[in-house]
Amino acid sequence: MAEDLLIVKNLKKYYPITGGVFGKEIGVVKAVDDVSFTVKRGETLGLVGESGCGKSTTGRSLLRLIEPTAGEVTFDGVNITALTADEMRRMRRHMQIVFQDPFASLNPRHNIEKILEEPLVVHGIGTPAERKKRVREMLEVVGLSSYHAQRYPHQFSGGQRQRIGIARALMLNPKLIVADEPVSALDVSIQSQVLNLMQDLQRELGLTYLFIAHDLSVVRHISDRVGVMYLGRLVELADSETLYAHPLHPYTRALLSAVPSPDPDAARERIILQGDVPSPANPPGGCTFHTRCPHVTEECRSVRPAFQDVGGGHFIACHLYKA
Amino acid sequence: MAETHVETVRVQQPDEPVSSPWRDAWRTLRKNRMAIAGFVIIFVFVLLALLAPYITPYAYDKGELIDKNKPPSAEHWFGTDYNGRDVFTRVIYGAQISLRVGLFSVIGSVIAGTFLGLLAGYYGRWVDMIISRLFDIMLAFPSILLAIAIVAMLGPSLENALLAIAIVNIPTYGRLVRSRVLSLKEEEFVMAAKAIGSKNSRIILQHILPNSLAPIIVTGTLGIATAILEAAALGFLGLGAQPPQPEWGLMLSDSRQYIQKAPWTVIFPGLSIMLTVLGFNLIGDGLRDALDPRMKH
Repeated sequence: MAEDLLIVKNLKKYYPITGGVFGKEIGVVKAVDDVSFTVKRGETLGLVGESGCGKSTTGRSLLRLIEPTAGEVTFDGVNITALTADEMRRMRRHMQIVFQDPFASLNPRHNIEKILEEPLVVHGIGTPAERKKRVREMLEVVGLSSYHAQRYPHQFSGGQRQRIGIARALMLNPKLIVADEPVSALDVSIQSQVLNLMQDLQRELGLTYLFIAHDLSVVRHISDRVGVMYLGRLVELADSETLYAHPLHPYTRALLSAVPSPDPDAARERIILQGDVPSPANPPGGCTFHTRCPHVTEECRSVRPAFQDVGGGHFIACHLYKA
Repeated sequence: MAETHVETVRVQQPDEPVSSPWRDAWRTLRKNRMAIAGFVIIFVFVLLALLAPYITPYAYDKGELIDKNKPPSAEHWFGTDYNGRDVFTRVIYGAQISLRVGLFSVIGSVIAGTFLGLLAGYYGRWVDMIISRLFDIMLAFPSILLAIAIVAMLGPSLENALLAIAIVNIPTYGRLVRSRVLSLKEEEFVMAAKAIGSKNSRIILQHILPNSLAPIIVTGTLGIATAILEAAALGFLGLGAQPPQPEWGLMLSDSRQYIQKAPWTVIFPGLSIMLTVLGFNLIGDGLRDALDPRMKH
């Protein structure tokens, strides 16, 4: 079953910048600029990049939690960008999201039972008794106890709350889960627990993950394939082994060279990038990375490199590598 | 002496009483002495107002002219006014009026303001545009002046004064709710509600409204005090309660020419206004401390 569950084509999300007395549009922030990728059924696609590169916006706009400016998202054979608001609402039971901040993603005035029951109530699934039973089962599945159901979010630790967030996403038996930096807010020891839980659940329930993170080792641990984003664009996408062993794009190389190694004596060659990430409101022309790239050529400054397969499903957007 | 340290680790048991945000707030409130003092003051006034017919043998609108402007005595605790009416009787019947005006006008403005604020904050764009500009226009007038204008249009009476006060205060609650909605809308739990497929109505009623209640309750409680003052002001100007209604502001205005001869006719209604306003303000401040999430965790 290697069928594509999710196909994202030319996804764009621009935010207008308004100014002046009359709120005229004076520019746009290109948070996500022409991103295309596919996620296969049952796999985990990691999406990495530094803060502000548009990975969360990508995740949210492909679920239409933020309306994309342009582009097409096909989920399980259905073009969801063309659905009406109500059709989309019904579609949501198949595609869920786990948020980054476990302290902000649970309503502080609802107890756990109410939080977990809500997806079932919204989609009219089961009787009240069945729903309560399922809530209790789900709490056990994510490693909590059924007596936690009556408690409120503030009575849990960050890791426990994240388990509740995962449980909420699982209540509807979704096909796809977008995990938006699900472990970034947690301690390292708790991170691995939550990651292992997510992997176990994937195996048992046949889930497909789009896993967004800025921590490369976390992504490597969980992903089958990894996409690297820079300034609103995907620059490289390959299966995780290839990407970590033979990164091609100069940005990916610099990024990987920054991963801390547990061995203090290991010989490391760090690639230090010069300068800052340019503003997405005024991105450089051509290849957006050309201002910081050590291998920059004249072509890079003027022509935007296509995102193309250079062999074996290794996609890259760089003029140094031609298909 | 060997001392044994017994380390008590508190393990929360499954059957332990649950702590919900509202219960936690109530616990904090109970420990606040000033708030309790406020509750006591208001409780006393409510009791006096409700039991007025049983407490006093006099009628609030009839007096013996022979007894006019009598100082406080055993028969007339707060003395009598220029018509020989018992001031204590009028003060406690006046509590009925003031508490009613305060409570109902605030309930009215809270309901209307919350409704408009939710719409403006959640739907934004032109809905927000229209509602917010309406609020701005209303806030451009001094509130008492606007209330006077409304009463002048509708005709002076207690009911119209109540209505005017309710209308004038709508923008206060509307803007409060709107700003709460604007910040809550960006919260992840609201986005999570959208992600599981909740309808807008459900998101507003289940997620945004319950999380906006705390500031509404605080401002509303403080607003009762303001409304009582505004009602008294309108009464004083002759635009609220009409004689012989025992409204505190009206009593002040009626008796002010006797302030030197019979100061008790002015002091006691004035003191009542002050005490109820103080009471509601103390409760409001206590509620703010108990409900403000920034004070906890």
